[in-house]
Amino acid sequence: MDGRLARVAVSLTPPSRRWCALVLGVGAAIAFLQSAAGMAPEMPELALENPAPGIYVHYGQQAEMTRANFGDVANLGFVVGARCVAVIDTGGTFAVGRALRRAIQRIATVPVCYVINTHVHPDHVFGNAAFTDDHPQFIGHVRLADAMRRRGPNYLNALGRDLGDIAQQSAIVLPTRSIATTEELDLGGRILSLRAWPTAHTDTDLTVFDDASRTLWLGDLLFVGHVPVLDGNLRGFLAAIAELKTVRANLAIPGHGRALAWPEAIAPEERYLTGILAEVRAAIKGKRTLAETLATVDGGGERWLLFDDFHRRNVTAAYAELEWDE
Amino acid sequence: MTARLACVILALGVACAGAARGQDAGPADSAVWKKVHASMFGNAILEAADGVVTLDTPKRAEDAAIVPLAIRAQFPQTKERHIETIWLVIDNNPSPIAAVFRFTPESGRADIETRVRIEEYTYVRAVARTNDGKLYMAANYVKASGGCSAPAGKDAVAAKANLGRIRLSVHDGVEAGRPAIAQLMISHPNDSGLAMDQVTRSYATPHFVRRVEVRYAGKPVMNADVDFSISENPNFRFYFVPAGGGELDAKVVDNQDLEFTARVKLDSPRLGAVSTPH
Repeated sequence: MDGRLARVAVSLTPPSRRWCALVLGVGAAIAFLQSAAGMAPEMPELALENPAPGIYVHYGQQAEMTRANFGDVANLGFVVGARCVAVIDTGGTFAVGRALRRAIQRIATVPVCYVINTHVHPDHVFGNAAFTDDHPQFIGHVRLADAMRRRGPNYLNALGRDLGDIAQQSAIVLPTRSIATTEELDLGGRILSLRAWPTAHTDTDLTVFDDASRTLWLGDLLFVGHVPVLDGNLRGFLAAIAELKTVRANLAIPGHGRALAWPEAIAPEERYLTGILAEVRAAIKGKRTLAETLATVDGGGERWLLFDDFHRRNVTAAYAELEWDE
Repeated sequence: MTARLACVILALGVACAGAARGQDAGPADSAVWKKVHASMFGNAILEAADGVVTLDTPKRAEDAAIVPLAIRAQFPQTKERHIETIWLVIDNNPSPIAAVFRFTPESGRADIETRVRIEEYTYVRAVARTNDGKLYMAANYVKASGGCSAPAGKDAVAAKANLGRIRLSVHDGVEAGRPAIAQLMISHPNDSGLAMDQVTRSYATPHFVRRVEVRYAGKPVMNADVDFSISENPNFRFYFVPAGGGELDAKVVDNQDLEFTARVKLDSPRLGAVSTPH
């Protein structure tokens, strides 16, 4: 998202200027009211794939969130049981969440009882608000609520800035049920196993395993094609990967990119992150500054989508984490 | 000055969060900057910083929580001519005045490298005052990060658990009489407290480093009034002039009056560096 586009977005949406004025009075809290500004625009039907019985995946675009893609950049999906449906991530805007909800209504005859967020990032959670009428349990990592409070106002601000009226009705919906370690959800003849991870991609990572089909939903613990993103702890990320590789799953559904066989799916990501760990450690040992390190760590030369958008950020986060080790 | 800084923070406060959002006006035109300029510098004219300081920033804040920047003096510090103060201003942050750094001739060079949070598309400014009272400004425009990066820390629990670790180090190869690089790291959440609890509708307690004092052989080499625009785990690189032996010591105070100290003994003639946290 470049500045030019963002300015266009601002100029298209006079409400956001009024919103600025409100901020003058009551501060960041008002961000949560931004969603009341108007109705979200309609977007095209979401394409779904059905890789296993009862398992439905929508592949988000491999892009940053823009007005053109409605913020539909993360993989979303749902699992249908005999009793009810569990939604796994809801998309980057209310519009995406609503499109997902309609897709579910076309396929499932049972209600949505669970909305699971795999982590705090906006492209995975801002569609939550489209499901509030279903009165599901909103389920997340034990630290998700706190992370949403800390990051929510910034995320909403950035969403309004970058997507303008496309972002309308998008809102923070906090989890109503928290997972601290592992828990099972019974969808009726179908058990989902949830697992909360120590800080890895973020400090709110949650994986979902469907026992019936041996499908593992990894959220952004797995990137396929899209360069992995580090917004948590690099060593924690690698530790989680090592542990996840022992899960006996048939199919892995990443947060971004195509579903693949497990654990082969995660090999490129593990190589990339391991490479960054080694390179950044060497740079710190060599007394190179963060800025100098950013100029030299190339991430192993593999071809990744969105590399220019996230690689330097990953190196920055890795450096800030690892320099305390020296 | 701390009181004045606090006053400006209060006056501008969260008000500035979105005030100039997305604007790409000239550096002089930002509404926030006009307020900061008037409150900090009155009617004083700020000259272009060419030949005085440079400001290095990335074009884009890749990680909104950790944006590295460097302010570099373009001449050495001498008794006759030196930079006394550098203000670091981030127009569109909730608290625009990120830091006020003070240097002395004993600093050797009035350089500072640190990391800041960048919330929005914004101008970042370094205003330097030389010992003749003149003011100079360097300004860069920095784009905000993409949507999934936030200025909040990466791991709030870890940040609290590690609170108060401090490390002061001096780069190897130090020579008496020549400016040497030192680095101060403080493990601290540096939390603005601006995140609101949606259930209780109350704000978190702000907890951030507000004062940094570094002395060599008892004389100040770098002091700073800072706030939560500085990244979690504040990190500063700066210079001092060792004179064979002596001690570099740092004192850090946060807004809850917690105090953290560290010192490095410089062994003459090798001038090795050993960090001793307290």
